[in-house]
Amino acid sequence: MSIRSCGAFRKVVLMLFRTYLFRKITDAFITALMLLAVVTALIPLVSILWHTFRQGWSTMNWSFFTHLPKPVGEPGGGIANALVGSGLLILLASAIGIPFGVLVGIYLAEFNPRGLGTAVRFTNDVLTGIPSIVTGMFVYALLVVTMGGFSALAGGVALGLLMIPTVTRSTEEMLKMVPQSLREASLALGATPTQTILRVVLPAALPGILTGIMLAVARVAGETAPLLFTAFGNRFWSLRLDQPIAALPLQIFTYAISPYRDWQNQAWGAALVLVGLVLVLNVFAGLAYSRASRFRR
Amino acid sequence: MSNNVRLRKTNLKYWYDRSFLHITRFFALSVLALTGLMLAKLIQGAWLSIRHFGWSFLTGSDWDPVFERFGALPFIYGTVVSSLLALLIAVPVSLGIAIFLAEIAPLWLYRPVSAVVDLLAAIPSVVYGLWGLFVLAPWVRSSLQPLLGRSLGFLPFFQGPPLGVGMLTAGLILSIMIIPIITAISREVIRAVPRYQKEAALALGATRWEMIRLAVLSNARSGIAGAILLGLGRALGETMAVTMVIGNRPEIALSLFAPGYSMASVIANEFTEATYDLYLSALTEIGLVLFGLTLLLNFLARLLIWKFGDVQVSGASE
Repeated sequence: MSIRSCGAFRKVVLMLFRTYLFRKITDAFITALMLLAVVTALIPLVSILWHTFRQGWSTMNWSFFTHLPKPVGEPGGGIANALVGSGLLILLASAIGIPFGVLVGIYLAEFNPRGLGTAVRFTNDVLTGIPSIVTGMFVYALLVVTMGGFSALAGGVALGLLMIPTVTRSTEEMLKMVPQSLREASLALGATPTQTILRVVLPAALPGILTGIMLAVARVAGETAPLLFTAFGNRFWSLRLDQPIAALPLQIFTYAISPYRDWQNQAWGAALVLVGLVLVLNVFAGLAYSRASRFRR
Repeated sequence: MSNNVRLRKTNLKYWYDRSFLHITRFFALSVLALTGLMLAKLIQGAWLSIRHFGWSFLTGSDWDPVFERFGALPFIYGTVVSSLLALLIAVPVSLGIAIFLAEIAPLWLYRPVSAVVDLLAAIPSVVYGLWGLFVLAPWVRSSLQPLLGRSLGFLPFFQGPPLGVGMLTAGLILSIMIIPIITAISREVIRAVPRYQKEAALALGATRWEMIRLAVLSNARSGIAGAILLGLGRALGETMAVTMVIGNRPEIALSLFAPGYSMASVIANEFTEATYDLYLSALTEIGLVLFGLTLLLNFLARLLIWKFGDVQVSGASE
């Protein structure tokens, strides 16, 4: 008996659920929940940008950019060495990561062998998900141990390795977007495949590839974990490749976890510089991309 | 394409042309070689610890470098719990945004909302940590933890003094950091659902939500699962932000208010301070476990996502 009444109850409930009004209300409710999700994601973003700007701005002045860090207790001091160090590390990383990534991307897009191509593409995609601190440990074992100490070179190599998957992926995507007719025209005029790739296809895809490169640079510019035991950080001027070197993210980390109010303020200042740099790179990447997508159908 | 033009082998141009193919192939093979080398180097570094501790390394909960006792369980526990907590928060939010973007938002709203969510991925990890330490943790201490303690304090997860830094804050900050990746991939996967499926549902009289539930979500299910796995992988390996807010205490506590430690954090904090070989090797073994775990997750995720075609994966990880 109880089973039957349960069934009747279910029927009534289901009928209620199936009324048009109820379905419309559910629809509106779910849409509202989705809007709420968008707002939820916005709150932390706005908070991060606002706090970084407000707290960072108050430490900004000319000497912040031109001076070395001062010892604890002395007011003032800046991030000049970290800025230069980060610049050098990014240059090193680009010198390794960009050619490497672009060449692999060309191989995947233009020569595209079945077995090997799939294996490389898959490995490359999987590599994007490997924690960067593990890359740091790898470079530590590879370079720091063999060279006998922390060095700018090791830091640059670690960041360069992290750039490869992103650059490869975007190069391949962008080359594939170039219309086949361009290649055919070039080959028909008697150009060899290599000439076609280097003089016709690559220039056509260049804006898109630049987008990928800028995004990759923006990503490694903020990387901290792989630098902890490769570049290591340095409180003094150094431009030598075989010596530890300062970097902006490392400086932020050291200052943020320090107990000194003055240093914590400087961490916010350095964070503002870093976030500004990353955002500018992202905006430029967006602009380059809108130029690159002209081939998109 | 390289076969289209036939040049004589005696022609210098032929060799110039072939060499370019070989150069690019060399670099492509290097990607595979580097991955292999990475695995080999990590195993080599961890070998001492693997031989010395065996499986007890993963099950021991005692981490005391002074007495050469190394058990990684507190770190594994901290990593897993904070990452699952992050998924618990991030998955509903990300799916909400992804469905909104793919199915509901008009074009003028699609672009800015997508850009803003991508911006979350662009912010460096160390800046998240800074914000977590000085903005999020104080808020958690003064508002969220007392609130949870009052309302859900009868559960063992929400007991203890409100410290601010700890597992809860780490989970929160991780959830913010993985929202962009889960959103971006599920958005693309949902957009890849064939149009006729949606139109069929609508033609049968489904409301928009019913259409999404019946036609979109059931088709995109495996891709969304892949997106969640990628988010999980990212959360597991996240280093700097977690290190700055998790509290860095190698203890296993049931309460989410208590400080903990994660695998990536212990490497970040202690790797340069490891004074003897076994210590360094134990840390490397933690790195190896992390590497294996993320490799496996990414492998599974890619298999799930690949059948949806080219889904671009963006977003920073650290």
